[in-house]
Amino acid sequence: MTFTLHKMLRAAICASLLAASSAAMTATPSVHVEHAWIRWLPANLPAAGYATIVNDGDGVQRLTGASSADYGSVMLHRSRLAQGDSTMEMVDHLDIPAHGSVKLAPGGYHLMLSHATHPVKPGDKVPMRLHFADGSVLQVDFSVLPANAAGP
Amino acid sequence: MSLRRSPFRWLLAAAALLLLAACAAHPQWQLDDVQGHLPDLKFSMTNDLGQPVTAADYRGKVVLLYFGYTHCPDVCPLTLVHLHTVLQKMGKAADDVRVLFVTVDPARDTVPVLHQYVTAFDPRVVGLTGTQDAIAQLAKRYRAFYKPETPNDKAGDYDVTHSSAIYVFDREGHARLLATPGSSNDEILHDLDILVGKSS
Repeated sequence: MTFTLHKMLRAAICASLLAASSAAMTATPSVHVEHAWIRWLPANLPAAGYATIVNDGDGVQRLTGASSADYGSVMLHRSRLAQGDSTMEMVDHLDIPAHGSVKLAPGGYHLMLSHATHPVKPGDKVPMRLHFADGSVLQVDFSVLPANAAGP
Repeated sequence: MSLRRSPFRWLLAAAALLLLAACAAHPQWQLDDVQGHLPDLKFSMTNDLGQPVTAADYRGKVVLLYFGYTHCPDVCPLTLVHLHTVLQKMGKAADDVRVLFVTVDPARDTVPVLHQYVTAFDPRVVGLTGTQDAIAQLAKRYRAFYKPETPNDKAGDYDVTHSSAIYVFDREGHARLLATPGSSNDEILHDLDILVGKSS
Protein backbone atom coordinates (compact mmCIF):
# COMPACT_ATOMS: atom_id res chain seq x y z
CA MET A 1 0.00 0.00 0.00
CA THR A 2 2.70 2.44 1.01
CA PHE A 3 4.68 1.38 -1.98
CA THR A 4 1.75 1.96 -4.33
CA LEU A 5 1.06 5.41 -2.86
CA HIS A 6 4.72 6.31 -3.16
CA LYS A 7 4.75 5.09 -6.74
CA MET A 8 1.57 6.99 -7.57
CA LEU A 9 2.90 10.16 -5.96
CA ARG A 10 6.13 9.85 -7.88
CA ALA A 11 4.21 9.35 -11.11
CA ALA A 12 2.07 12.39 -10.36
CA ILE A 13 5.12 14.57 -9.65
CA CYS A 14 6.83 13.36 -12.79
CA ALA A 15 3.74 14.03 -14.87
CA SER A 16 3.33 17.56 -13.53
CA LEU A 17 7.03 18.27 -14.01
CA LEU A 18 6.81 16.99 -17.56
CA ALA A 19 3.73 19.11 -18.21
CA ALA A 20 5.42 22.20 -16.77
CA SER A 21 8.58 21.70 -18.79
CA SER A 22 6.69 21.01 -21.99
CA ALA A 23 4.64 24.20 -21.43
CA ALA A 24 7.87 26.11 -20.96
CA MET A 25 9.33 24.68 -24.12
CA THR A 26 6.38 25.01 -26.44
CA ALA A 27 5.10 28.25 -27.81
CA THR A 28 1.73 29.76 -27.14
CA PRO A 29 -0.07 28.36 -30.20
CA SER A 30 -2.12 31.51 -30.60
CA VAL A 31 0.83 33.92 -30.88
CA HIS A 32 3.12 34.42 -33.84
CA VAL A 33 5.69 37.02 -34.75
CA GLU A 34 6.26 38.90 -38.04
CA HIS A 35 9.03 41.19 -39.34
CA ALA A 36 11.45 40.46 -36.52
CA TRP A 37 14.66 42.47 -37.02
CA ILE A 38 17.53 44.11 -35.20
CA ARG A 39 19.14 47.42 -36.11
CA TRP A 40 22.86 46.65 -36.00
CA LEU A 41 25.13 49.21 -34.39
CA PRO A 42 28.94 49.21 -34.42
CA ALA A 43 31.40 49.17 -31.51
CA ASN A 44 29.37 46.59 -29.55
CA LEU A 45 26.84 49.32 -28.73
CA PRO A 46 23.41 48.31 -27.46
CA ALA A 47 21.08 47.53 -30.36
CA ALA A 48 17.29 47.55 -30.67
CA GLY A 49 15.07 44.63 -31.70
CA TYR A 50 11.73 45.14 -33.42
CA ALA A 51 8.86 42.84 -34.38
CA THR A 52 5.12 42.65 -34.77
CA ILE A 53 3.58 40.27 -32.24
CA VAL A 54 0.24 38.88 -33.40
CA ASN A 55 -2.24 37.21 -31.08
CA ASP A 56 -4.69 35.01 -33.00
CA GLY A 57 -6.27 33.68 -29.80
CA ASP A 58 -9.35 34.59 -27.80
CA GLY A 59 -7.45 35.70 -24.70
CA VAL A 60 -4.96 38.48 -23.98
CA GLN A 61 -1.33 37.35 -24.13
CA ARG A 62 1.08 39.13 -21.82
CA LEU A 63 4.71 39.43 -22.95
CA THR A 64 6.85 39.60 -19.83
CA GLY A 65 10.32 39.65 -21.33
CA ALA A 66 12.79 38.20 -23.79
CA SER A 67 16.17 36.55 -23.72
CA SER A 68 18.85 35.49 -26.18
CA ALA A 69 22.05 33.50 -25.91
CA ASP A 70 23.64 36.19 -28.12
CA TYR A 71 23.12 39.03 -25.62
CA GLY A 72 23.91 39.32 -21.92
CA SER A 73 20.92 41.57 -21.41
CA VAL A 74 17.58 41.88 -23.21
CA MET A 75 15.13 44.42 -21.86
CA LEU A 76 11.70 45.52 -22.95
CA HIS A 77 11.89 49.31 -23.40
CA ARG A 78 9.78 52.12 -24.66
CA SER A 79 10.95 55.42 -26.12
CA ARG A 80 8.79 58.37 -25.34
CA LEU A 81 8.67 61.93 -26.57
CA ALA A 82 7.52 64.41 -23.95
CA GLN A 83 7.68 68.15 -24.69
CA GLY A 84 10.33 67.56 -27.31
CA ASP A 85 12.52 65.47 -25.01
CA SER A 86 13.24 61.86 -25.85
CA THR A 87 13.34 59.45 -22.91
CA MET A 88 13.60 55.70 -22.51
CA GLU A 89 11.69 53.76 -19.93
CA MET A 90 11.71 50.13 -18.91
CA VAL A 91 8.50 48.21 -19.50
CA ASP A 92 7.43 45.45 -17.13
CA HIS A 93 5.09 43.70 -19.54
CA LEU A 94 3.23 44.23 -22.78
CA ASP A 95 -0.30 42.93 -23.40
CA ILE A 96 -1.13 41.63 -26.87
CA PRO A 97 -4.92 41.95 -27.24
CA ALA A 98 -7.03 39.00 -28.36
CA HIS A 99 -7.19 38.88 -32.16
CA GLY A 100 -4.89 41.90 -32.24
CA SER A 101 -1.25 42.77 -32.52
CA VAL A 102 1.37 45.04 -30.99
CA LYS A 103 4.24 46.54 -32.95
CA LEU A 104 7.67 46.87 -31.50
CA ALA A 105 8.83 49.62 -33.87
CA PRO A 106 11.40 52.46 -34.01
CA GLY A 107 10.41 55.34 -31.74
CA GLY A 108 8.23 53.18 -29.46
CA TYR A 109 8.41 49.73 -27.89
CA HIS A 110 11.62 47.83 -28.56
CA LEU A 111 13.89 45.17 -27.13
CA MET A 112 17.10 46.76 -25.90
CA LEU A 113 19.92 44.28 -26.57
CA SER A 114 23.16 44.86 -24.67
CA HIS A 115 26.43 43.09 -23.96
CA ALA A 116 26.58 40.84 -27.04
CA THR A 117 28.24 37.53 -26.13
CA HIS A 118 29.98 37.42 -29.53
CA PRO A 119 30.24 39.90 -32.44
CA VAL A 120 26.87 40.29 -34.16
CA LYS A 121 26.84 41.72 -37.71
CA PRO A 122 24.34 42.59 -40.44
CA GLY A 123 23.10 39.45 -42.19
CA ASP A 124 23.15 37.39 -38.99
CA LYS A 125 20.08 35.77 -37.44
CA VAL A 126 19.73 36.18 -33.70
CA PRO A 127 17.56 33.55 -31.97
CA MET A 128 15.32 35.27 -29.42
CA ARG A 129 13.05 33.72 -26.82
CA LEU A 130 9.91 35.70 -26.02
CA HIS A 131 8.52 34.90 -22.57
CA PHE A 132 4.81 35.11 -21.84
CA ALA A 133 2.99 35.34 -18.51
CA ASP A 134 1.41 31.88 -18.94
CA GLY A 135 4.90 30.36 -18.91
CA SER A 136 5.09 29.74 -22.62
CA VAL A 137 8.10 30.70 -24.67
CA LEU A 138 8.15 31.62 -28.34
CA GLN A 139 11.42 31.17 -30.19
CA VAL A 140 11.91 33.65 -33.05
CA ASP A 141 14.87 34.44 -35.31
CA PHE A 142 15.56 38.19 -35.60
CA SER A 143 17.31 39.32 -38.83
CA VAL A 144 20.20 41.71 -38.25
CA LEU A 145 19.99 44.70 -40.64
CA PRO A 146 22.51 47.54 -41.21
CA ALA A 147 22.40 50.63 -38.98
CA ASN A 148 20.83 52.78 -41.70
CA ALA A 149 18.11 50.32 -42.76
CA ALA A 150 14.62 51.80 -42.70
CA GLY A 151 13.15 48.40 -41.80
CA PRO A 152 12.76 44.85 -43.09
CA MET B 1 -15.92 92.41 -72.03
CA SER B 2 -12.86 90.70 -73.42
CA LEU B 3 -10.12 90.05 -70.91
CA ARG B 4 -7.52 90.47 -73.63
CA ARG B 5 -8.18 94.14 -74.13
CA SER B 6 -9.15 95.03 -70.64
CA PRO B 7 -6.86 96.92 -68.26
CA PHE B 8 -7.90 94.17 -65.86
CA ARG B 9 -5.42 91.94 -67.71
CA TRP B 10 -2.53 94.13 -66.55
CA LEU B 11 -3.82 94.06 -63.03
CA LEU B 12 -3.86 90.27 -63.12
CA ALA B 13 -0.32 90.14 -64.46
CA ALA B 14 0.87 92.58 -61.80
CA ALA B 15 -0.80 90.55 -59.07
CA ALA B 16 0.83 87.35 -60.38
CA LEU B 17 4.24 89.05 -60.41
CA LEU B 18 3.76 90.31 -56.84
CA LEU B 19 2.80 86.84 -55.73
CA LEU B 20 5.91 85.38 -57.36
CA ALA B 21 8.13 87.96 -55.68
CA ALA B 22 6.50 87.23 -52.33
CA CYS B 23 7.14 83.51 -52.80
CA ALA B 24 10.78 84.10 -53.60
CA ALA B 25 11.25 86.28 -50.52
CA HIS B 26 9.36 83.99 -48.17
CA PRO B 27 9.65 80.34 -49.20
CA GLN B 28 6.77 78.16 -48.17
CA TRP B 29 8.62 76.33 -45.41
CA GLN B 30 7.18 73.04 -44.27
CA LEU B 31 9.28 72.93 -41.09
CA ASP B 32 9.06 75.52 -38.30
CA ASP B 33 10.62 78.84 -39.31
CA VAL B 34 12.92 80.00 -36.47
CA GLN B 35 14.77 82.74 -38.36
CA GLY B 36 15.65 85.54 -35.95
CA HIS B 37 14.67 83.46 -32.92
CA LEU B 38 17.83 81.39 -32.45
CA PRO B 39 21.46 82.54 -32.63
CA ASP B 40 23.90 81.77 -35.44
CA LEU B 41 25.84 78.51 -35.35
CA LYS B 42 28.84 78.85 -33.05
CA PHE B 43 30.94 76.18 -31.35
CA SER B 44 34.44 74.94 -30.76
CA MET B 45 34.57 71.14 -30.50
CA THR B 46 36.32 67.98 -31.68
CA ASN B 47 35.09 66.02 -34.71
CA ASP B 48 34.91 62.22 -34.98
CA LEU B 49 38.39 62.13 -36.49
CA GLY B 50 39.78 63.84 -33.39
CA GLN B 51 40.35 67.19 -35.12
CA PRO B 52 39.42 70.53 -33.51
CA VAL B 53 36.58 72.17 -35.45
CA THR B 54 34.51 75.34 -35.17
CA ALA B 55 31.30 76.53 -36.84
CA ALA B 56 33.46 78.40 -39.38
CA ASP B 57 34.57 75.03 -40.82
CA TYR B 58 30.98 74.42 -41.93
CA ARG B 59 30.29 77.83 -43.53
CA GLY B 60 29.07 77.19 -47.06
CA LYS B 61 27.24 74.03 -45.99
CA VAL B 62 23.62 73.71 -44.91
CA VAL B 63 23.96 72.31 -41.38
CA LEU B 64 21.58 70.10 -39.41
CA LEU B 65 22.42 70.07 -35.70
CA TYR B 66 21.21 67.22 -33.50
CA PHE B 67 22.00 66.28 -29.90
CA GLY B 68 22.21 62.54 -29.18
CA TYR B 69 24.43 59.73 -27.92
CA THR B 70 25.62 56.39 -29.21
CA HIS B 71 24.13 54.21 -26.43
CA CYS B 72 20.77 55.29 -27.83
CA PRO B 73 19.64 52.32 -29.94
CA ASP B 74 16.17 53.53 -30.87
CA VAL B 75 15.40 57.24 -31.30
CA CYS B 76 18.86 58.51 -32.36
CA PRO B 77 19.20 55.87 -35.12
CA LEU B 78 15.61 56.57 -36.20
CA THR B 79 16.46 60.27 -36.63
CA LEU B 80 19.74 59.52 -38.42
CA VAL B 81 17.99 57.05 -40.76
CA HIS B 82 15.38 59.71 -41.62
CA LEU B 83 18.16 62.17 -42.46
CA HIS B 84 20.11 59.52 -44.41
CA THR B 85 16.99 58.80 -46.49
CA VAL B 86 16.49 62.51 -47.20
CA LEU B 87 20.16 62.98 -48.19
CA GLN B 88 19.92 59.97 -50.54
CA LYS B 89 16.87 61.52 -52.19
CA MET B 90 18.64 64.90 -52.60
CA GLY B 91 21.28 63.28 -54.77
CA LYS B 92 24.38 65.35 -55.57
CA ALA B 93 23.01 68.42 -53.75
CA ALA B 94 23.39 66.54 -50.45
CA ASP B 95 27.16 67.09 -50.71
CA ASP B 96 26.38 70.63 -49.53
CA VAL B 97 24.69 69.35 -46.35
CA ARG B 98 26.31 68.24 -43.09
CA VAL B 99 24.55 66.61 -40.17
CA LEU B 100 26.35 67.47 -36.92
CA PHE B 101 25.63 64.81 -34.28
CA VAL B 102 26.66 66.35 -30.95
CA THR B 103 27.11 63.80 -28.19
CA VAL B 104 25.45 64.53 -24.85
CA ASP B 105 27.35 61.56 -23.36
CA PRO B 106 31.05 62.43 -23.84
CA ALA B 107 32.12 59.98 -21.11
CA ARG B 108 31.15 56.95 -23.21
CA ASP B 109 31.27 58.54 -26.65
CA THR B 110 34.98 58.51 -27.33
CA VAL B 111 36.17 59.76 -30.72
CA PRO B 112 36.53 56.21 -32.20
CA VAL B 113 33.07 55.08 -30.98
CA LEU B 114 31.50 58.28 -32.28
CA HIS B 115 33.25 57.80 -35.63
CA GLN B 116 32.04 54.21 -36.05
CA TYR B 117 28.53 55.19 -35.03
CA VAL B 118 28.01 58.18 -37.35
CA THR B 119 29.67 56.59 -40.38
CA ALA B 120 27.37 53.57 -40.06
CA PHE B 121 24.51 55.90 -41.04
CA ASP B 122 25.81 58.30 -43.68
CA PRO B 123 29.14 59.79 -44.80
CA ARG B 124 27.68 63.29 -44.42
CA VAL B 125 27.07 62.84 -40.69
CA VAL B 126 29.83 64.27 -38.49
CA GLY B 127 30.16 63.35 -34.83
CA LEU B 128 31.10 66.17 -32.46
CA THR B 129 32.33 65.90 -28.90
CA GLY B 130 34.03 68.20 -26.45
CA THR B 131 34.37 69.06 -22.81
CA GLN B 132 31.25 68.83 -20.66
CA ASP B 133 31.35 72.65 -20.65
CA ALA B 134 31.52 73.03 -24.43
CA ILE B 135 28.61 70.63 -24.90
CA ALA B 136 26.55 72.31 -22.17
CA GLN B 137 27.18 75.74 -23.73
CA LEU B 138 26.14 74.60 -27.20
CA ALA B 139 22.99 72.96 -25.82
CA LYS B 140 22.15 76.09 -23.83
CA ARG B 141 22.65 78.29 -26.91
CA TYR B 142 19.86 76.38 -28.67
CA ARG B 143 17.77 75.74 -25.54
CA ALA B 144 18.36 72.03 -25.90
CA PHE B 145 18.08 69.86 -22.81
CA TYR B 146 19.86 66.68 -21.72
CA LYS B 147 20.19 64.77 -18.49
CA PRO B 148 21.89 61.43 -17.76
CA GLU B 149 19.51 59.07 -15.92
CA THR B 150 20.42 56.74 -13.06
CA PRO B 151 21.82 53.37 -14.18
CA ASN B 152 19.04 50.90 -14.96
CA ASP B 153 20.89 47.60 -14.59
CA LYS B 154 23.69 45.81 -12.75
CA ALA B 155 26.18 46.66 -15.50
CA GLY B 156 25.77 50.37 -14.79
CA ASP B 157 24.26 51.16 -18.19
CA TYR B 158 22.38 54.41 -18.23
CA ASP B 159 20.16 56.36 -20.62
CA VAL B 160 20.35 60.06 -21.34
CA THR B 161 17.14 62.03 -21.76
CA HIS B 162 17.71 64.59 -24.50
CA SER B 163 15.99 67.09 -26.76
CA SER B 164 14.96 65.52 -30.02
CA ALA B 165 14.87 68.62 -32.23
CA ILE B 166 16.95 69.05 -35.39
CA TYR B 167 18.20 72.63 -35.86
CA VAL B 168 18.69 73.67 -39.48
CA PHE B 169 21.20 76.40 -40.43
CA ASP B 170 21.75 77.99 -43.84
CA ARG B 171 25.12 78.24 -45.63
CA GLU B 172 25.92 81.43 -43.69
CA GLY B 173 25.32 79.75 -40.34
CA HIS B 174 22.01 81.49 -39.60
CA ALA B 175 19.44 79.41 -37.73
CA ARG B 176 16.52 78.98 -40.13
CA LEU B 177 14.34 75.98 -39.34
CA LEU B 178 13.44 73.47 -36.65
CA ALA B 179 12.55 69.85 -37.44
CA THR B 180 11.38 67.19 -34.99
CA PRO B 181 11.34 63.37 -35.14
CA GLY B 182 7.71 63.83 -36.20
CA SER B 183 8.68 65.81 -39.32
CA SER B 184 8.23 63.73 -42.47
CA ASN B 185 11.10 62.99 -44.84
CA ASP B 186 9.25 64.93 -47.54
CA GLU B 187 8.96 68.04 -45.36
CA ILE B 188 12.69 67.95 -44.53
CA LEU B 189 13.59 67.24 -48.18
CA HIS B 190 11.41 70.10 -49.43
CA ASP B 191 13.04 72.67 -47.14
CA LEU B 192 16.62 71.42 -47.57
CA ASP B 193 16.22 71.62 -51.35
CA ILE B 194 15.35 75.31 -50.93
CA LEU B 195 18.23 75.97 -48.54
CA VAL B 196 20.86 74.38 -50.81
CA GLY B 197 19.38 76.40 -53.67
CA LYS B 198 18.12 73.46 -55.70
CA SER B 199 14.59 74.89 -55.97
CA SER B 200 12.56 77.74 -54.54
